[in-house]
Amino acid sequence: MKTDIEPTHTPAGSPPRLRTRSTGRAGDKIFLGLSRGSGIILLVIMAAIAAFLTYRAVIAISKDEANFLTAFEWNTGTEPMRFGIAVLAYGTVISSVIAMVIAVPVAVGIALFISHYAPRRLATPVAYVIDLLAAVPSIVYGLWGALFLVPHLTGLYTWLDEYLGWTGIFSYQGGAARSLFTVGILLAIMILPIVTSVSREVFRQVPKMHEEAALALGATRWEVIRMSVLPFGRSGIISASMLGLGRALGETMAVATVLSPSYLIDASLLDPGGGTFAQNIASHFKEANDNGRDALIASGLVLFVITLLVNGAARMIIARRKEYSGAAA
Amino acid sequence: MSNATITKNETGGAPAGTSSLRQARLPRWVPPVLVVVSAAAGAGIGTAAGLGNTLQWGLIAAALFILGTYGLAAAVEGGRQAKDRLATSLVWVCFVLAVVPLVSLIWETVDRGRTVLDGYFLGHSMEGVQTILPGGGAYHAIIGTLEQVGIATLIAAPIGLLTAIYLVEYGRGRLAKAVTFFVDVMTGIPSIVAGLFILSFWIIILGFSYSGFAGAMALAILMMPVVVRSTEEMLKLVPNELREASLALGVPKWRTILKVVLPTAVGGITTGVMLAVARVAGESAPIVLLVFGAAGINNNPFDGAQSSLPYYIYEQWQLGNEASFDRAWAAALVLIAFVMILNLVARGIARWKAPKTGR
Repeated sequence: MKTDIEPTHTPAGSPPRLRTRSTGRAGDKIFLGLSRGSGIILLVIMAAIAAFLTYRAVIAISKDEANFLTAFEWNTGTEPMRFGIAVLAYGTVISSVIAMVIAVPVAVGIALFISHYAPRRLATPVAYVIDLLAAVPSIVYGLWGALFLVPHLTGLYTWLDEYLGWTGIFSYQGGAARSLFTVGILLAIMILPIVTSVSREVFRQVPKMHEEAALALGATRWEVIRMSVLPFGRSGIISASMLGLGRALGETMAVATVLSPSYLIDASLLDPGGGTFAQNIASHFKEANDNGRDALIASGLVLFVITLLVNGAARMIIARRKEYSGAAA
Repeated sequence: MSNATITKNETGGAPAGTSSLRQARLPRWVPPVLVVVSAAAGAGIGTAAGLGNTLQWGLIAAALFILGTYGLAAAVEGGRQAKDRLATSLVWVCFVLAVVPLVSLIWETVDRGRTVLDGYFLGHSMEGVQTILPGGGAYHAIIGTLEQVGIATLIAAPIGLLTAIYLVEYGRGRLAKAVTFFVDVMTGIPSIVAGLFILSFWIIILGFSYSGFAGAMALAILMMPVVVRSTEEMLKLVPNELREASLALGVPKWRTILKVVLPTAVGGITTGVMLAVARVAGESAPIVLLVFGAAGINNNPFDGAQSSLPYYIYEQWQLGNEASFDRAWAAALVLIAFVMILNLVARGIARWKAPKTGR
């Protein structure tokens, strides 16, 4: 709905004003100033985040004796400092990719279930519950992951090791399953609600005519979905996934509770070890000295830039879709 | 499906078996029966192979169910119908797969949280409590959460509300476009980054110490975009006729917004703010960086370390003994209950006060 009203315009050649408009005008000016000011505050905050993080990060990186991008260590307590983000970048990307691979198909499935498969009486409550689950705090997911999911995954990992261990990726030496793969599974569960609800909204906007046309041609329900729903919803699914990816990349406490970190890159995803940007910050903050805090801020800046790019891309895809589809009308 | 069958059917009178208009279909009772059969088979195979993990039983059962439907449908109904059945069963399996962990999460929290959750837990802090022994409570954490979230709301709600008003009622041109874009981008800022920003700005550069207020500022940064977004949506729902009617009576624009537009959308705006509150109430990352955690009660958010419920859960989990796990679960239950009640009330208000769209 557009709100194109320009009431302050007076018609050209209007008669001389009979009443004083000072109160209204002054009020308008103050109000406009206030609301525009708030918008500007938001922009200033964004700029300040980038500026302050960069400022501290530059200080930290200039004191870094190792290569910031490629070093496999994090020693910030000593002088000179040696730290690098290679392990963190690897862990962040790998765990998020695992989460996406698991969550996106399942989330699209649930969205289709709600929009096209479930009986009406089931669909509404299911959608409602999924939305509520998006509100469960991440630390609770972390607690559940550490105390419930981890012990329950050892069986599965032993099994994977037995049959797929030869690949190296799925080798598992036993012990608590506090690995990047577990983190990936937990992140998948955490981003399911958001990916589901965005995809569901898109599927709901598919023009009924498209579906009915396909049905009238004798298509089965799956063919309707493949030929009319999924093509229409493709960009929506992509942007939903990227929103989910943004969440997964920046997730902190759930990862910090579940993962058993190290500064090595291990070929095996199932063995404990590795780390993510956010987890590293949360785990090391308390013991860090002033230099160490700056080093953590530097790694946070990298995370900030990555999530900014991912979210910006997702929003652009959504915005472009809105212009093309005309679904908003 | 083809013309041939139709003519045949018309001339042949009563449909006889295969020559009818309808294709052969699996009876309606087949899918549910198949669910039961594959569940039983999954359990059977699981026990036979000695898999201790019920998760694996479930996966086997799901695979059997999918293959079974596909096979049966392919044999009876033909390829296209079989694919359709395959898709249907996959979608159902997705649904079940997703519901299982989520139900388990809620179940575990409620089941393990209620063991120590009582009036004592809600009314006492951890001051002087030996962490490996049972006892102690989360009173200090609850106070901390309420104060921090309250301050965050006081900062974020007015700014968010005014920004949304600017975007909907005044916003034209490049400033509005930039604000819209950055509000979207801001929604995606990881909470830890917001925490690091306040850390570098407020604590490292300005030299203030850790306090509940520092945490509240980070929470406010996380809240703002959510409030802007939801308020914007609600203001857009207010019919233009209402604005025009008011303006036509000579009411200045700012009074129109205050007296006509906002009251119409107040329900939705309240909902949006409450959902934003619910979202930040569960944030723990900025609290770890900025509030630092305290075992005792600190009622003053502007001075000294505080605690908060999410932080308390993390802290108790880190202690790593049975008594502290019990406290962590209890606090998790309190936090979930708080967030869920906020959500339910917010959605209730949204439904009850939904703006009439003027039809």
